[in-house]
Amino acid sequence: MPYTSNKPGSPASPDDLRARIPGWGADADPAQRPAVPREQPGIETGAHWDLPEDQPGRGGREKSVEHERLTPVFGTAQPLRGVAGKVRRYAYDTYSEGQTAHWLLLVLGDRVDSTTAHVKSLFSRRPDDPITQSGILGERGHRPFASRFGRGRADLKHAWLDPILVLGPWVVTALVAFRLVRGLSRGVLLRKEQR
Amino acid sequence: MKAMTYRGPYKLRVEDKPEPKIEHPNDAIVRVELAAICGSDLHLYHGMMPDTRIGHTFGHEFIGTVMQVGGSVERLRVGDRVMVPFNIYCGSCYFCARGLFSNCHNVNPNATAIGGIYGYSHSTGGYDGGQAEMVRVPFADVGPSVIPDDIADEDALLLTDAFSTGYFGAQLADIAEGDTAVVFGAGPVGLAAARSCWLMGAGRVIVVDHLDYRLQKAREFAYAETVAFTQVGDIVRELKRMTGGLGADAAIDAVGAEADGHVIQHVTSAKLKMQGGSPVALNWAIDSVRKGGTVSVMGAYGPMFSAVRFGDAMNKGLTLRMNQAPVKRQWPRLFEHIRAGYLRPSDLITHRIPLDHIAEGYHLFSTKLDDIIKPVIVPAS
Repeated sequence: MPYTSNKPGSPASPDDLRARIPGWGADADPAQRPAVPREQPGIETGAHWDLPEDQPGRGGREKSVEHERLTPVFGTAQPLRGVAGKVRRYAYDTYSEGQTAHWLLLVLGDRVDSTTAHVKSLFSRRPDDPITQSGILGERGHRPFASRFGRGRADLKHAWLDPILVLGPWVVTALVAFRLVRGLSRGVLLRKEQR
Repeated sequence: MKAMTYRGPYKLRVEDKPEPKIEHPNDAIVRVELAAICGSDLHLYHGMMPDTRIGHTFGHEFIGTVMQVGGSVERLRVGDRVMVPFNIYCGSCYFCARGLFSNCHNVNPNATAIGGIYGYSHSTGGYDGGQAEMVRVPFADVGPSVIPDDIADEDALLLTDAFSTGYFGAQLADIAEGDTAVVFGAGPVGLAAARSCWLMGAGRVIVVDHLDYRLQKAREFAYAETVAFTQVGDIVRELKRMTGGLGADAAIDAVGAEADGHVIQHVTSAKLKMQGGSPVALNWAIDSVRKGGTVSVMGAYGPMFSAVRFGDAMNKGLTLRMNQAPVKRQWPRLFEHIRAGYLRPSDLITHRIPLDHIAEGYHLFSTKLDDIIKPVIVPAS
């Protein structure tokens, strides 16, 4: 196809589209699009304060170092606690959001949190139950076996990778440890022979 | 009260938690009547959003009844039935004063890059969400709106995020009459965006996905042409072929962090959490839009870097527009469209699940079983 100044192809006519699609063109005028322009100074929000009053219970709440003060309002869902809390506190106190270390430490905190919570649950009256908590029982009545073949299940496409990603770090760690121990023991033997 | 609680990646359960209480004079306590699971909740469920703590209750799409209000609440009364936007915002900071409700600076101490969101980890402020019997709603005079009598509950629920976000995505795509728009992702937000493109006068709407049942929905609900990227080998080349070699005028990324389609990107993001998300859909959007076109990003990405093909965007002179949707700004216009019969957002709902079975609901949604498009949680059932 030659490249000319015209747009190639021609979409259906407005009349065709209007007949086929409910509301076609109702917001064709950008003025009808409520978030355009994106910034609309002086918009009525319902706020009857210049600065919201401070929420009580502010002591010890973590915050990004990019904020100059704790925000007036904040969530109180799951306060920092345990080892994961210490990792998260360090991430918040030390690194800005522009530093990858900030986020990687928070991800590490998440993994520590889920591991310790799982272990703690084993000593509680309601231990974690991998069957019910995975939701896999929801597959009942939805062809749990047939769905795993040729139906594009989102969780199976890369499932072959999971054992590699889960076991891989353990295998690498074991290999490194083995080589380290072997190297050290050989060094000790060598020194003995030299004596 | 009963609430869904996170127990680690791919694990959650329903627990008894203390009822939320008024923490600030402008708080309200809302008894949840309907909540929804959002596609972006799956990023939390899969352990991709940093600082998602054990015991957290997800859920940023919900409607309910006001049970209690704080001392400074003027607009809401006990007994009001309200729809609550997913954004938590103060209404008075620099950003709120300009309508950027998603970017409020006064509600999220944990980050400055994002505002507050219900049930979306401590990276968005540490607020428990609405997949529970009760929820704390900060800034009750600013966020919630009483549900109009002529708007159905399930339509109101879909306006608290999914449909409004899709509509906003189409707005950001800056569509002019006759434009060709391509939407990546046929989940609820992608379907809403595709449908909204027509409202803005698009001449052609193409939806890309890989699941047949979602593409079928795109044809039925959004009147769109569809392409399964798994069937065409090179999706960018196919979209260029469909648009006379130039590319679409606008591309909308309604996929976000867990995009399929590139094994290395998938491993480094979804599996190893080393990227803010797999940018496959975003890169496809950049490459398949025409030079000088607009890319609108509705897909949710995490805060870490992502390997985005930025050189192409620069060389093509693209306009990239994105944000979390300031959903409350869309409501008056969307109410008009619903009343006019142009839209029925609740047509996206495929599953209604009791709160007690929410783990099964997440599993179905995550695995895309049972032709699931949009699951709704019913706490009282």
